[in-house]
Amino acid sequence: MNAIIISALCGVVMMFSGIFTHNKTTIKNIAIAAMLVLLVANILNTYGIYSFRIDVNNMLRFQVFGLYFNSIVFLATLIYLILSGDDIINVGINPAEYFALIFFVLCGVSILSCFNNTLMLFLGIEILSIPLYILTGTDKRNLKSNEASLKYFLMGCFSTGILLMGITLLYGVTGDFSIDQLAVKGSVAAGMTNSGIIVPLGLIFIFIALSFKVSAAPFHFWTPDVYDGSPSVFTSFMATIVKAAGFIAFIRVFETRVPELGASARIIIPLVIICTLLVGNITAVFQQSVKRMLAYSSIAQAGFMLFALYSFNDIAKEGILLYTFAYSFATIGIFAVLIKMKDYTFEGFNGLSKKEPVLAATTTVFLLSLAGIPLTAGFFGKYYMLLSAIKANGQYALWLVIIAVLFAAVSVYYYFRVIQSMYFKDGDAETTEIKPAFKIALIILAALIILVGIFPSLVLNWLYF
Amino acid sequence: MIPVLLILIPLLSGLFLFFLKEEKAVKNFALIAALISLAVVVYAIALNPSGQLTYDTAWLPAIGSRFSLGIDGMGKMLILLTAISFPIVFISTSGNTYKNTAAFYALMLLTQCGLMGVFLATDALLFYFFWELALIPVYFLCSIWGGEKRIAVTFKFFIYTFVGSLLMLAGILFLHYKSEDGSFAIKALTSAHLDNFEQNFLFWLFFIAFAIKMPIFPLHTWQPDAYEQAPTAVTMILSGVMVKMGIFAVIRWLVPLFPQAAAGYANLVMILSITGMIYASLIAIKQDDIKRLIAYSSIAHIGLMCAAIFAHNQIGLEGVMIQMFNHGINVIGLWIVANAIEQQLHTRKFSELGGLAQTSPVLAILLVVMALANVALPLTNAFVGEFLMFNGLFQFNVWMAAVAGISIILAAVYTLNMIQKIFYGKTVAATEHAVDISNSVKWTLIFLVIVVLILGVYPQPLINLTKDTVNAIVANR
Repeated sequence: MNAIIISALCGVVMMFSGIFTHNKTTIKNIAIAAMLVLLVANILNTYGIYSFRIDVNNMLRFQVFGLYFNSIVFLATLIYLILSGDDIINVGINPAEYFALIFFVLCGVSILSCFNNTLMLFLGIEILSIPLYILTGTDKRNLKSNEASLKYFLMGCFSTGILLMGITLLYGVTGDFSIDQLAVKGSVAAGMTNSGIIVPLGLIFIFIALSFKVSAAPFHFWTPDVYDGSPSVFTSFMATIVKAAGFIAFIRVFETRVPELGASARIIIPLVIICTLLVGNITAVFQQSVKRMLAYSSIAQAGFMLFALYSFNDIAKEGILLYTFAYSFATIGIFAVLIKMKDYTFEGFNGLSKKEPVLAATTTVFLLSLAGIPLTAGFFGKYYMLLSAIKANGQYALWLVIIAVLFAAVSVYYYFRVIQSMYFKDGDAETTEIKPAFKIALIILAALIILVGIFPSLVLNWLYF
Repeated sequence: MIPVLLILIPLLSGLFLFFLKEEKAVKNFALIAALISLAVVVYAIALNPSGQLTYDTAWLPAIGSRFSLGIDGMGKMLILLTAISFPIVFISTSGNTYKNTAAFYALMLLTQCGLMGVFLATDALLFYFFWELALIPVYFLCSIWGGEKRIAVTFKFFIYTFVGSLLMLAGILFLHYKSEDGSFAIKALTSAHLDNFEQNFLFWLFFIAFAIKMPIFPLHTWQPDAYEQAPTAVTMILSGVMVKMGIFAVIRWLVPLFPQAAAGYANLVMILSITGMIYASLIAIKQDDIKRLIAYSSIAHIGLMCAAIFAHNQIGLEGVMIQMFNHGINVIGLWIVANAIEQQLHTRKFSELGGLAQTSPVLAILLVVMALANVALPLTNAFVGEFLMFNGLFQFNVWMAAVAGISIILAAVYTLNMIQKIFYGKTVAATEHAVDISNSVKWTLIFLVIVVLILGVYPQPLINLTKDTVNAIVANR
């Protein structure tokens, strides 16, 4: 509860901070302080210290898993604000509002990690999405940014419609919005002749809507344009935190319900996984712009996260946390560096290792993590996903695992192109001014990724305290 | 504690090297670090302190993986090879200059760390970790300091091995799922109950990873290019030590984990290996570049080792053990010569060389000994190994041995051809003003020649060292 209320309050505070001060750096610092408060409040909440006690009629349920997910996401956002805060305030003329919108998104995230009711799911998705539509279009004079915003808005509305349709169908059969009750009444209803098809149909509608949000193929078409068109700082936020939140919502809805999808789930989910991996990886190979490559690679990474839906066991839940951690931190790091580059193409990175060795070295760690090379957190993210699939389905999952690892090898191709540019090719990589504090933050982030890459239990143990 | 030291010494000294500036200091420091590792290995082998050769501690309790290291006979032999190779490489290439020397030597030591880890790990996940980690520094070494086509070639090498190791990872995951106590220890994995299909399937998942590393025909295509384009110091490590990872892994992991499948596919693997031997030897005859010739000859030798493993008898395995060490020594010797020639004359093409024996007599004598060891002439170390391996093959299948035997003749053809073209005949423009080799190269080569001759006459220490591994595998049949 702490997280939901405080994030909304922080959003309001940020909105008003724009009235009292016009100093952009002050606004940024207020945002970082507010983020810190939010993070601490959420951690306290995990250990049972509340600031607000509100009867939510079991519409929200605060479990360690969801709260811990919040902590990871808030920490990622904190790092994001520290690394890229200077770039956020320079996107447009209303810096305070950008931070306010980010906090509203986080409010949506904290609902999505704790909802126990399909209506709250809908609310969470909307609170998450609407600020994002605005953030996408913040670069007002840029045509691409406008296009991205409109596209995202239309697609988002469309998927919300489908989501509501699914929720309605389920409600129509069971007469209840509660997720626990759905599981009980749904299986009763599934036995009735008339409504037998409706429960799976409703679930599939919800599945499609959430697939939109996490950009799983074949519902990914908005992703590259939106990620490419919106200002890079916000792409970084969208590709990491928002996507992870989508997966948490996914898990919350389907946790108890995959058996009802029955045989169709065993076909649909692997199909979606393969499509997502295929589209994301193969298209990323052909990109010329690093930013667009990262957009497609984020689709590919979603393919790996979807393994959590395929397997649905404890390892999958641990895995999605680890994956969120590894993927978000690495992506935030890469985008923070990318924003500093003047040229977003692969050639723009040529020779970065000579000019900015720290940036090049840390970017290498981030890329290795995204590619899933051992000794980085990304390896264990992928490892847990694959392990969960094998644990769930034994040798029937083996072929899916083999396809996934082959695509992981493909991903090496495009991630390593950046490394090749930075280290092996000569060039004059132009960057904007880089502060020492930025470098230190990057080094800490890279060290964190390597540390978790050696001891993933550092992240996972908190689940059980 | 010793296995941990062997990993920590190169790791820490490698990381430290990144921060050194002065070239001389870097080279000395790297050499000293490599010598310390060697001293630790010699201590471990000579005194064989009980209780210190294994190390086991909790690493990832949640998924059942432990940080467990152990040294058996084969492990001793290979860590000895690794520990000897690095000082030799450092000394013999001390004349080479690199841009950013510190990073070069740092990455070399990190490679050593990865290699040691691979040879020591007794936990499948840990093994996979080191297997990948050995690759990353090599990728940077080859791509930064390599030849003209280095980026594309090294990338091919990287992708090849990465695909292989990912398939192995899928296999490890599945084995882990099947293991009874949910751990990754060799013992638990060998006792996992696999039905026929699973065993055969997993065999290929692992074998492809190892076959790419060795490399076995038809997965060898990355190798000649990579050897040619890599800086010679790295090539020495690649061909001298790193390919042994593949052979080692087959003996340590593949054969014990999937005994039935290994027996069932023995013929197929052997045919692939022998095809590769003949094929690589034929191509070697046609080469005009010293590095490419040695690369292809290396494929041929590795093919024989792989075939001998799958013959699965005592004598063949003893041969493999001896030959793993000997091939490492011999091939490094050949690379040192190639490096000496390239550094001085700036060419590796036979067509631009000739008559070098008149200007560099010492180099000529030493090369001839190394080259004859490459042909496996009696009195040289390789003779013992190859003799035992052919004997093993012969016991398994006469025809296989007969076909594989052709490669001995072909090896003589291309090796003698190489000697003749480089050292004899008329001196040409490039070799006219050549001077003899530097002292550091001379003394490392003399050291290697002595090793070649001693092990050629008295190979018993190597056989004794690796006896326990061989016996365990043969008994486990």
